[in-house]
Amino acid sequence: MLILAIDTSAVASAALVSDDALEGVVASFATEDTRSHAEVLAPGIDDLLASAGVSGSDVDAIVTGVGPGPFTGLRSGIATARTLAFVWNKPLYGMMSLDAVALEVAESTDAVPEFLVVTDARRKEVYWARYSLADGQLPQLEDGPHVGFAADLPDLPAFGAGAGLYSDALKANPAFSSEQPDALYLGQFALARLAAGDPLPDSTPLYLRESDAQVPGPRKRAL
Amino acid sequence: MNRQQPLVLGIESSCDETGVGIVRGTTLLTNTVSSSMDEHVRFGGVIPEIASRAHLDAFVPTLRQALDDAGVELDDIDAIAVTSGPGLAGALMVGVCAAKALAVATGKPLYAINHLVAHVGVGLLDGKSPASASGGVGSGVAPRLPDNLGALLVSGGHTEILKINSITDDVQLLGSTIDDAAGEAYDKVARILGLGYPGGPAIDRLAKTGNPKAIRFPRGLSQPKYMGSAEEPGPHRYDWSFSGLKTAVARCVEQFEARGEEVPVADIAAAFQEAVVDVITSKAVLACRENGIKDVLLGGGVAANSRLRELTGQRCASAGIRLHVPPLDLCTDNGAMVAALGAQLVMAGVAPSGIRFAPDSSMPVTAVSLPA
Ligand SMILES: [Zn+2]
Repeated sequence: MLILAIDTSAVASAALVSDDALEGVVASFATEDTRSHAEVLAPGIDDLLASAGVSGSDVDAIVTGVGPGPFTGLRSGIATARTLAFVWNKPLYGMMSLDAVALEVAESTDAVPEFLVVTDARRKEVYWARYSLADGQLPQLEDGPHVGFAADLPDLPAFGAGAGLYSDALKANPAFSSEQPDALYLGQFALARLAAGDPLPDSTPLYLRESDAQVPGPRKRAL
Repeated sequence: MNRQQPLVLGIESSCDETGVGIVRGTTLLTNTVSSSMDEHVRFGGVIPEIASRAHLDAFVPTLRQALDDAGVELDDIDAIAVTSGPGLAGALMVGVCAAKALAVATGKPLYAINHLVAHVGVGLLDGKSPASASGGVGSGVAPRLPDNLGALLVSGGHTEILKINSITDDVQLLGSTIDDAAGEAYDKVARILGLGYPGGPAIDRLAKTGNPKAIRFPRGLSQPKYMGSAEEPGPHRYDWSFSGLKTAVARCVEQFEARGEEVPVADIAAAFQEAVVDVITSKAVLACRENGIKDVLLGGGVAANSRLRELTGQRCASAGIRLHVPPLDLCTDNGAMVAALGAQLVMAGVAPSGIRFAPDSSMPVTAVSLPA
């Protein structure tokens, strides 16, 4: 099974993952910055397909990170994934973006039985989720995702760029202090869950915050 | 690619309308629009984040609907066009990302198009061309824009007067609002008067029962220091400002209330509308006269306003300028106008924009489409 995975919850990334390929990865790319998704994502995917010699008809499913993440960036990946799935007529699945970091933790030597994944939510807040990890298993989401202040998070080892950003308030793992959700891990996680017969959610974004819009109150009358 | 009668799909997401239009050359095949306007009502104006969320959910269904309505397959399309600016940054981003994905998935060329110039592009659709829209000639006329064409665009997002030397590569901005768009002023004043959203239709309706001369509201940027003369134009000769007008209306209402008098809502609505329409049309006609413009196309949602149409018509007629008003569903933001301009670019042999461009919320009209 060949999956095109996309995530723009923080940086822009995409990957072709397959259960046939060595290590599961056919090709992948990720940008460093978190603000130019609209420019880089489509060319990145185009190059990815070309370099792997893959066309839309070869792809079996599309997976998109559904956040949480800054809204505008998050939407660029979901809009891209939804459009590709429509044109190619392929199934589309959503994956919670923090799962990508959780899988990366699970595959690392820093893995612990219980941990947090934390990313930057801007406005002095973080997006976070709590995972448990049993030997040889996929990380299990126990709580979240949430948005909140770093100081209010559970006292557990914390992984991800949000932990690095607030290392004074969190038990940040230094090896993961700038790690962002990457489509590569998200795709592998999705592949594993699909192989296990685990149903994946749809591509509805996890905004976690309402729009800032305020319903205007009644106009104050003179006198 | 078919350069004579290209089949072009246009995508629009610069404000609160998700639009997908399809044209073949100058023939309109479909104009499919999904609006999030209802979701903005309780806020009294367009909330960018709400509009962006709505675009994301509306895009694929709108695209599917447009293809069904037009009876075409994506494979048949010659080119894709998308609004890349000006507009709300987050809203533009959704349409641009979707359009790029469409280009990647289909391998079709993509044009990144200026929203304001696209408003003029609808004038080139069969039966909607300035030649026929004026009522003189029926449809079937080979659409061609008149020389010395101007465009007056009035909406909730913009207020501009343009000169179109060539719709594919030479458009000039003669004047624009320096603060609120005219439609935005309508929304704000409607809120002050307790008339709900959108403000334009509500004020237009009520104004018919009021006396426009009951109160004299200011015409922004009309003083000599801003206007100058034809020979020595002031800094804002063809520009508008509506924020002072909104403040004047608020103060007027407060004065009635402070005196314990009933607020003459209909008179205020009529006087406000007269101030807006008077200053828009007088400056637009001045800009036309001084720039050799003989034909003017009216675009934008406020083109639906009865008084704006009436006064623009009168003043254009007395200045010897022909006024063209496309059907209203093509005046408001839509994908057909983007497709129409895209088709013109293809027919003129302009190179596509590729998929590396960034949306530009303040894209100038001098950029009709973005270079690769
Ligand atoms: Zn517009």
